[in-house]
Amino acid sequence: MSAHRSLSWLFTLGLLATLPVAFAGGIRGTGDLGLVIERTTGSVRILETSGNRFLARVEGLGDLSHASVVYSRDQRYAYVFGRDGGLTRVDMLEARVDRRVVQAGNSIGGAISQDGSLVAVSNYEPGGVRVFDAATLEPVADLPATFGDGRRSKVVGLVDAPGNRFVFSLWEAGEIRVADLSDRANIVVTRYEGIGVNPYDALVTPDGRYYIAGLFGEPGLAVLDLWHPGEGVRRILSDYGPGDEPLPVYKMPHLEGWAVAGGRAFVPAVGAHELLVVDLESWDPVARIPLQGQPVFAIARPDGRHVWVNFALPDNDRVQVIDTESLAVVSELEPGPGVLHMEFEPRGEEVWLSVRDENRVLVYDTDSLAVLTELEAATPSGIFFTARAHRTGL
Amino acid sequence: MTRRIPYLLALAFSFAMAVPVAAALEPERERALGNLLVHDCGSCHGTRLRGGLGPPLTPDRMRHLPRDWIVDAILDGRRGTAMPPWRALLTPEDAAWLARSLQSGVVE
Repeated sequence: MSAHRSLSWLFTLGLLATLPVAFAGGIRGTGDLGLVIERTTGSVRILETSGNRFLARVEGLGDLSHASVVYSRDQRYAYVFGRDGGLTRVDMLEARVDRRVVQAGNSIGGAISQDGSLVAVSNYEPGGVRVFDAATLEPVADLPATFGDGRRSKVVGLVDAPGNRFVFSLWEAGEIRVADLSDRANIVVTRYEGIGVNPYDALVTPDGRYYIAGLFGEPGLAVLDLWHPGEGVRRILSDYGPGDEPLPVYKMPHLEGWAVAGGRAFVPAVGAHELLVVDLESWDPVARIPLQGQPVFAIARPDGRHVWVNFALPDNDRVQVIDTESLAVVSELEPGPGVLHMEFEPRGEEVWLSVRDENRVLVYDTDSLAVLTELEAATPSGIFFTARAHRTGL
Repeated sequence: MTRRIPYLLALAFSFAMAVPVAAALEPERERALGNLLVHDCGSCHGTRLRGGLGPPLTPDRMRHLPRDWIVDAILDGRRGTAMPPWRALLTPEDAAWLARSLQSGVVE
């Protein structure tokens, strides 16, 4: 071997060491990548859905006890929102923290704007929304959730909407707010007061038209039509409470755009073992589907044929699958204790599932329901694929 | 048969002794409760118990509250808040162990 060739080998090895994901197997895309949150170690695993494997681990993301992720439109960067107010931009190809700011004391989630230029974070402490430049993480806007006599409310259910708008709800204040950032120099915030007691989370429909907030403090949902924001907020399913003896809610349900299938929304009931189904044209209730426990996530398979549901304690070891035509439970799985999250591959043939208390991530075939792959991860929670980059509200 | 009697007596006596000292939990139960504290209490109060939708449960705050008050809050919930009653899943002994752990700051 010539000296020249040895040098080029050393150079290649050096590249391999510094660019683990990007060039270990040559130039690659990012469309089949994703992240799994490791909640107690403040780390994430970069995963690849083509090979059903982990490619790398990235550490130093702070407190990820409640974490969520959005992606840049080129699917290269993940924005990870941590509990401790940390906003971390992770380079999916170089498998490293690209930038990180700690922008608040206590946060719950975030969103990326339609044009990809802004990232917004919803904060519990201090209550409000902060907006950052997506490329630099420099602050762009501070939108305190001040209400009443000047108190600040915790902010939940922050989503992006068409027109470079962010929509969010205020837990204590019972408000929905729409922030229009189409002109950074002239940000307009519209307030909708009295939308219901304690909105706990919200979703925007995949077309970006309807913002739907779930209520914890009273039955029903609050809906804002973003095509006609001047018409105000309407209340639906107000008769769909848990009854006279609501069950204890050990874990707040989550609402996400993927609860929508076939023109209907599948919404976890609060304090009842039920999934509520509502028609998005008429806003009439369609059904209440009895379940084995209190639902946390209801997530439609991308083709809309099935909705998968996981549960709060003491039923958090199982998953039920609902057929969206018959509105019946058609399958039941017991993946193990602490099923925290499910993420479908973009075309729906496989689903990834985190089993926190067994430190495992399972990949299921969504047709045969067979476990295809088992991966080890430290207390895995949320799973987020880069395909979210091109979906409104995710 | 007669040989069993002292054994049964001893067993009955040990139960009689065990009940008043009920605070001692099996190590396995303590592990399960520790996991519950971090992850399930943590889903509202933060896995580091520094707060979330629910208030922080850090020892500096918890030490100012009477232990019985904490036990009651765990077992019966807090009216007008999102804190649920845990009585269906936890015994008073479990709740007492959790209250002690919160006040002594066992978790972080």
